[in-house]
Amino acid sequence: MDTQNKHLGAILDRLFRRTTMFFAFLVFILLFGIILTLFIGSLPALKAFGPSFFTSPAWNPVDVQFGGLVPIYGTIITSFIAMLIGIPVSFGVAIFITELSPAWLKRPIGVAIELLAGIPSIIYGMWGLFVFAPFFADNCQPWINDHMGNLPLIGEIFQGPAMGIGMLTAGIILAIMVIPFTSSVMRDVFEIVPGMLKESAYGLGSTTWEVVWNVVLPYTKTGVVGGIMLGLGRALGETMAVTFVIGNAHELSSSLLMPGNTISSALANEFTEAVGDVYTSSLITLGLTLFVITFIVLALAKLLLIRLAKREGTQS
Amino acid sequence: MSIETPTPKITTTNLNFYYGKFRALKDINLSIPASQVTAFIGPSGCGKSTLLRTFNRMYELYPKLRVEGQILIDGHDIHDAKQDLNLLRAKVGMVFQKPTPFPMSIYDNVAYGIKLYENLSKVEMDERIEWALQKAAIWTEVKDKLHQSGSGLSGGQQQRLCIARCVAVKPNVLLLDEPCSALDPISTARIEELVHELKSDYTIVIVTHNMQQAARVSDYTAYMYLGELIEFAETEKIFTNPSRKETEDYITGKFG
Repeated sequence: MDTQNKHLGAILDRLFRRTTMFFAFLVFILLFGIILTLFIGSLPALKAFGPSFFTSPAWNPVDVQFGGLVPIYGTIITSFIAMLIGIPVSFGVAIFITELSPAWLKRPIGVAIELLAGIPSIIYGMWGLFVFAPFFADNCQPWINDHMGNLPLIGEIFQGPAMGIGMLTAGIILAIMVIPFTSSVMRDVFEIVPGMLKESAYGLGSTTWEVVWNVVLPYTKTGVVGGIMLGLGRALGETMAVTFVIGNAHELSSSLLMPGNTISSALANEFTEAVGDVYTSSLITLGLTLFVITFIVLALAKLLLIRLAKREGTQS
Repeated sequence: MSIETPTPKITTTNLNFYYGKFRALKDINLSIPASQVTAFIGPSGCGKSTLLRTFNRMYELYPKLRVEGQILIDGHDIHDAKQDLNLLRAKVGMVFQKPTPFPMSIYDNVAYGIKLYENLSKVEMDERIEWALQKAAIWTEVKDKLHQSGSGLSGGQQQRLCIARCVAVKPNVLLLDEPCSALDPISTARIEELVHELKSDYTIVIVTHNMQQAARVSDYTAYMYLGELIEFAETEKIFTNPSRKETEDYITGKFG
């Protein structure tokens, strides 16, 4: 190669590096831009209500009184239910596919999971409202009322009219939506565990459960937590499906069977009818809150991973 | 093909092994003597690892693999319905081609297998772990960093940690499946020394593609080719005066 070509190559290489760097920094710019605009947008509401915005259950457009407690509570509760159901089920699905399933069944289950992940959320919402909610109201809620409504301490959260929609229903629908994501990530990371590592554990006389719990899971913990976070992110931000089944009521209720609201469905429902600065700004503040909740959750996940890493011994 | 040996630890009778329809082991009849080191040698694909992996029924993890014939360990049929598979594997330890430390501390790596079957107090556990690490000749190197991650050790140390992990559950057979294939010569020499030291307490079966290694570490050697056991005898005899032409060709490097 002659020198001129070499020179050209160096220039192109530098150009390539700069371009990729620019794309990478674009991510930062977008992130800060979004945070900044959300913050500026939420200033009128924060000025009007102060910190009490986050603790007040009021939501009265007529009196211009707004508080975020109901949707924040609803977001956290529905996501919590989704995770409570979703994580164990996803774990079971992933373990079945990677460790226990006969070979011919692996692909069909894998494809089914991917298809389930591809269903648009509005379809989950419609299915939830027209199929699942009536079924739930007729067959499950009376049982929940009768058998769990009387339990000490936690009984109260299972009392309420059997109307199908509500926070529990939203949580269950979210769980169904989260499972394909979480389980396919878990399956992918379980599959990269070296066969020899698993054989070593079996070789010491471990049962399948002991191999999975003590070796596969610690080996893949970063990926597993990542998968759970992906699912949780979806649960926290999911709008359409939740809007269909949660009831969209700005009321704080101790019962999971009662309608509630989440941040994202409040936003979707009310942005078009928000009149006045404070109303719009209150909604933007909710958006900012959702952002912060997601951020906190990610930070907690990171902390969890650090603590787990400590427990298995420092790297020398 | 059988020869008179002291007390047999593992005995196979007409052992056949199938990967689906492919017959990987052909009528293997073998008596592996107790408290001795037995080496399996032969070219790649001759079935030596396959044979080793029948002794702790490791192949059962995978579909379409099956065994025909009998394997006795201490006179007990390991395929007997009454045989607890996990207990069998605890009694027949295995070390693999590559070091496989579990993602946990050095201490926990060794404690892992013990906890599966025994309920030891903290003091007893500490003693057992020191004992196992001593046995595997790695204690002095790790005694000050027991709570560091096992994956931070060098390859040779990791392999000795894996041996310690096996020894810790007090097996009576140790299966070594090319344990040095991923190690440098110095680490290899340490492992070989270790094999020598361990043989008084354990029956050791080692698969190796390195003939010098087989000559160095083993008391008995089995030469296998294409799924058949060609010759099994004292290592000295195999390497100096093999009775079969095929064995001689392989040993002298005319083939393989």
